[in-house]
Amino acid sequence: MYKPIIGLEVHVELKTKQKMFCGCPTDNFGKEPNTLTCPTCLGLPGALPFTNQEAIKMCAKIGLALNCQLAEKSLFERKNYFYPDLPKGYQISQYRWPLCTNGFLMVADKTDEKRKIRINRVHQEEDTGKLLHPGDQTLIDYNRSGVPLVEVVTEPDFTDTEQVKNYAKLLAQIFRELEVSNAEMEKGDMRLEANVSVSPPGSEGLPNYRVELKNINSFTFMASAITYEIERQIKVLESGEKITQHTRGWDEVKKETFVQREKEEANDYRYFPEPDLPELRIKNLESRIKQEIPELPNMREERLVQDYGLPSSSSATLSASKELAILFEDSVLLGKSKGITPLEISNLLLNVSVKNRPKDSLATISTIEQSKSGIIDDNNQLEVLAGEVITENRRLVESYKSGKVTVIMALVGMVMRKTAGKADPLKTKTILEKLLQS
Amino acid sequence: MNEPVFWSLKETIKALADKKISSDELNLSYKDRIKKLDSKVNAFRYLPENLDGIPAAIKDVIITKGIETTAGSKILEGFIPPYNATVISRLKAEGVGVIGKTNCDEFAMGSSGENSAYGSTKNPWDLTKVPGGSSSGSAAAVAADFATFALGTDTGGSIRQPASLCGVVGLKPSYGRVSRYGSIAMASSLDQIGPITKSVADARLVLEWISGSDGLDSNCVSSKFKVESSKFKDNLKGVKVGLPKEYFAEGLNPEVEKVIKEAIKKLTDLGAQAVEISLPHTQYAIAAYYILMASEVSSNLARYDGIRFGKTRDYFGPEVKRRIMLGTFALSSGYYDDYFVKAAQVRSLIKQDFDNAFEKCDVIVGPVSPTVAWNLGEKIDDPLKMYLSDAYTIPASLAGLPGLSVPCGFSEGLPVGLQILGKYMDEETILNIGEIYEQNTDWHKEKPKL
Repeated sequence: MYKPIIGLEVHVELKTKQKMFCGCPTDNFGKEPNTLTCPTCLGLPGALPFTNQEAIKMCAKIGLALNCQLAEKSLFERKNYFYPDLPKGYQISQYRWPLCTNGFLMVADKTDEKRKIRINRVHQEEDTGKLLHPGDQTLIDYNRSGVPLVEVVTEPDFTDTEQVKNYAKLLAQIFRELEVSNAEMEKGDMRLEANVSVSPPGSEGLPNYRVELKNINSFTFMASAITYEIERQIKVLESGEKITQHTRGWDEVKKETFVQREKEEANDYRYFPEPDLPELRIKNLESRIKQEIPELPNMREERLVQDYGLPSSSSATLSASKELAILFEDSVLLGKSKGITPLEISNLLLNVSVKNRPKDSLATISTIEQSKSGIIDDNNQLEVLAGEVITENRRLVESYKSGKVTVIMALVGMVMRKTAGKADPLKTKTILEKLLQS
Repeated sequence: MNEPVFWSLKETIKALADKKISSDELNLSYKDRIKKLDSKVNAFRYLPENLDGIPAAIKDVIITKGIETTAGSKILEGFIPPYNATVISRLKAEGVGVIGKTNCDEFAMGSSGENSAYGSTKNPWDLTKVPGGSSSGSAAAVAADFATFALGTDTGGSIRQPASLCGVVGLKPSYGRVSRYGSIAMASSLDQIGPITKSVADARLVLEWISGSDGLDSNCVSSKFKVESSKFKDNLKGVKVGLPKEYFAEGLNPEVEKVIKEAIKKLTDLGAQAVEISLPHTQYAIAAYYILMASEVSSNLARYDGIRFGKTRDYFGPEVKRRIMLGTFALSSGYYDDYFVKAAQVRSLIKQDFDNAFEKCDVIVGPVSPTVAWNLGEKIDDPLKMYLSDAYTIPASLAGLPGLSVPCGFSEGLPVGLQILGKYMDEETILNIGEIYEQNTDWHKEKPKL
């Protein structure tokens, strides 16, 4: 068996009020191009960066949430390259001295087994502008230039696409619950890059190449690209060919990856310490920042298993949404005196659609109580039964539609028979009326 | 000498307060003089129409809102900035106006003014000589009485050296004393804006106006420089003056050395105690400087891509291209550790040299420049020779220390400046010593004959 080896780089835009190094607002979605700019984020001659401490705190928060160490000494550095969306000709980033290093996250793989994904680093940088291509023109919008961006880089620890998906979902949820980003992929808040290689059966260590998947702006596409790439690489290696290091993109129409850049064209970014900015000192704030970190979905998941004896799959689903987890725990508290178990509550909450979910703990408990006492008043359930009765009794339905509305009671009776008299008759009548009139 | 153009800044402020002269009259007299004489000197790049307030000459690397700012480069020809440098806003708040933007070496890279894309500035004392650089026009403008005072920038000596060669006062503040916001960057870890003036007291006042943090330059310290009355009333009793033996070695012109030695004698006559000190890593300073500075240059000048402002990169002059190439090389993978990292280590050693020296003395005194002003064209084809002319100013720049150049005599009819270097953030002491020296000598009263 070939073993896939995957590493991920995730960029996330922070939702600070102001940009990373100037006072311009960050909320640029749908704004008139080039209206949220100043000399600093336009890279005008003489303008200087001034560090936004709010962003640094958020970056440290992310690092600590991912079990990283905060660096004793951290520096901003310049990543030098030319591109029209990069107004200074360099990006202020971090390379040799990142803010946070050596973290990890436990992530379920395709067999639902939790495995450790090591986080190499979490560092702070700034976003670039955006190129727009209307017709045959290229226009530049610098509204996004200088928005704080945090990069989370893993070790090549992923072994399947399912695990990559779980990681990205968990990470997005963590960002949202830390309130550092909305982490909406479709708005570009969160961007993914993957390094993919496959290791032939019996071989030790990492392969001597890796393929970077870049510029893929949807999460689904990235998952497809990784799956495709694993298969493609196995085929190439099987045929006895070698794979060299290069970058590929995703063609959604052809459903395949394609070569974007060969390694020979790789940049030498000439990183060096950013002379405009002083050293970052954050270590002394560590305990204060830690206190601000709420319970995150991964912590919650473990706790729900421990505290309530839930199966880990139920706990995972409940924990993925903060609201759902709160509803669960409130209901457990309320249900305790009435002899309702956490498992019953979890079963109810996980088996209804989001639309029909009880709106609070009171509703949750009364639903369970009613179903226990035998009365069926669940709209969905009654609707299904009423639907069955309508198709089974065409004649009665026709006479109802021709004006003989009293036959409705006969239909209600049919539903009552199907439920051995447990259906709520009033509700059943309302539902039948609604269905017959539609 | 009763014409307003010959007044010092302090005298000008008094005359305006006493209503001896109006701001308009003041500006007119300067304007007339510039009109009459600047064709000889070429101190100015650009003269705004509307004048108001105390006339200051501003080096063309300092951003002025609505006034063309080119850094002496063709690449920025026609660039009219939409904002003001912090120092400009602060001067405006003190009733100072911009009489003109002064000529300089392109992007402040040079020691003679000859690297300006708009022609060399001439030394007012001898129009066949260079004025020094890179704040050439600012020093020449003050020497020629084209402005009450000027602002320059100093990265490796660009305020002190032209001040010395033009016989005026030049102060490079400690790194972080004055906000660099709006100073077109050459080497960010070294650049510092400072005054070029007709007296030490004027330099002190301008420093007070422009210093202190603005929330825009992260490396600028919060403390504003405060004018305090001198600790030493009229003598220098108790002051220890360090004389670095490396600054009096080979390369120093004997005539210049004689003038400097006389100035030191004057300081000891005034009560100071001279102590010999050593700054052992001085010989490595220029090499380290040219790697670190060029590395930062190669990155800082990347923004001139012709997309948002200015012209394309082929409009850079030869010295600018040379430094971009040097810096790009020094930062490249495979060379970074051998060049950039090594140079940064040398920089630390040079800082240590000064720390050790300042345990034995309060200030360090020596020449600013190994020679007086040289002939136009003399070194322009020999960059290495040109770089060596900054041997005494570069070490203090690498260490971020304040330095003052004070007129202290003449050699071959050309001005010689005395350099007084202070401890980090101790401008007070060097200004005090400079002021007492100035009060006890007449060198600053000498004027070039234009």
